[in-house]
Amino acid sequence: MNLSLPPPDILLGGLVRGSIYGLVALGYTMVYGILGMINFAHGEIFMIGMFACIYALGFFSTYLGTGVATSLALSAFVAMIFSAGFGYANERIAYRKLRKAHILAPLTSAIGLSIILQNFVWLTVSKNNINFPRLYSEPLNQVAFTIAGAHCNYLQLLVLGTAVALMALLYFFILHTRLGIALRATAQDQLMAGLVGISVNKTIGLTFIVGSALAAIAGVMVSMYLGVAGYNFGYIWGLKAFTAAVLGGIGNIPGAVLGGFIIGMTEDVTCFYVDAQWRNCVTFIILMVVLILRPRGILGERVADKV
Amino acid sequence: MLRLTNIHAGYGYSEVLKGIDLELNAGEIVTLLGANGAGKTTTLLTIAGVLQPQQGKILWDGQPLLTSGPDEVLAHGICLCPEGRHIFPRLTVLENLLVGSYRQPSAHNAAILDRVYSYFPLLAERKKQLGGTLSGGEQQMLAIGRSLMSEPKLLLLDEPSLGLAPQIVERIFGIIQAINHEGIPILLVEQNAHEALAIANRGYVLVTGKIVLSDTARNLLASDEVRRAYLGES
Repeated sequence: MNLSLPPPDILLGGLVRGSIYGLVALGYTMVYGILGMINFAHGEIFMIGMFACIYALGFFSTYLGTGVATSLALSAFVAMIFSAGFGYANERIAYRKLRKAHILAPLTSAIGLSIILQNFVWLTVSKNNINFPRLYSEPLNQVAFTIAGAHCNYLQLLVLGTAVALMALLYFFILHTRLGIALRATAQDQLMAGLVGISVNKTIGLTFIVGSALAAIAGVMVSMYLGVAGYNFGYIWGLKAFTAAVLGGIGNIPGAVLGGFIIGMTEDVTCFYVDAQWRNCVTFIILMVVLILRPRGILGERVADKV
Repeated sequence: MLRLTNIHAGYGYSEVLKGIDLELNAGEIVTLLGANGAGKTTTLLTIAGVLQPQQGKILWDGQPLLTSGPDEVLAHGICLCPEGRHIFPRLTVLENLLVGSYRQPSAHNAAILDRVYSYFPLLAERKKQLGGTLSGGEQQMLAIGRSLMSEPKLLLLDEPSLGLAPQIVERIFGIIQAINHEGIPILLVEQNAHEALAIANRGYVLVTGKIVLSDTARNLLASDEVRRAYLGES
């Protein structure tokens, strides 16, 4: 075992990975904040974003002959539309009718939906992993700059920059816009939100759309980073992002981001000190320890405040 | 202005209102008296669109009020300030007020906000504080202020004095009267029948989902039945 400090490149890798977990975790935490349920199909929304982007890239370059950067931007947008569409449909079909049911009903519905979506993509799109076209990711693999000994390539810069920008945008939206206030109001008191004229259904729909679009971008970035996408990628990435949301304090937006970075760092640091195969064990052990010491998560409010 | 005809309503299969007829004219304060469980809150929730009537008609300005939810009723200018105040605990006082004018064009905000602050100067001082940290009386003021932010044409007030100290109750009732003097009719549900009848023009007495008495506030205050049942006199 190695006892020196982890090299800066490892920490940078953890930061990049963590920013993706954070982006996906936002979707879990927003839905929990407003509905009090865990949307276990959120990982599949992330996975659908991967596939939508890769197929859109093929379409744009073949039929429209657009350049590398344009195709990438357009395809990321297509991925957001696809994921947002699926996310909204999930809420409409699988959760809306169950809002007043026992908490286990929407939860079970979500797990079912997760399996359905995975199998649907497996059966209709691809049973094997598909490659992210290297034409788009290769040029980004050069070192952009070196900071404190960490070699940051353009792809890492793109992932980290996009993730942080989206998080900041979401935070501003929730804190300072009319719709953002409406969203927080709906999360705090649905009856009263209706009485001040907020359409509760539309607000909940919007939450799913925003969370799903963020997951789509995360999906695009992961498939770019790893170079592949698979029907089952949503499972482990989704589960870890969910873990990040719980670790940070579920329902809390900055908490989701913080949790994401912690989980991402933990993984890469574990790979360095122990072994890559141990990273899932270590990650979830840390989760358990934190929850035993602080059940509401790092930034979470006391349960009594939620009522 | 508002007319309820033979309204039946309730929760699920249980019928709480068993045929309510009620009327409210422009400029009036009308109060709804009754014991716990008589259906006062249910009446307000039905008008506000939180509950759908199982039977009967609600007319607003002569037109049937056909809605599927409270946001649509509010669009007609009918605003319910609910029992228990329902302040958004983790929004600031200012955000609580702004969310009250969610349906109004944002250009109106500054003017309405000034009006609300003129009724409740305290809310201006506390505008950055979280709603959940206010005292009961302050929360009631915030709840009424938030309702005013929607520029209502009719205000439905449910138990504004609940759990408040007598001096605060007096101040709140004074403000209710002032709001009414500006031309906003009010339908007031109150446990505190004395105070309610003191400021109301007319009143209805509700017993187990039916209206048993309806008269001017002055006559109700004088009526033996009301004195015995709701004013705690023998």
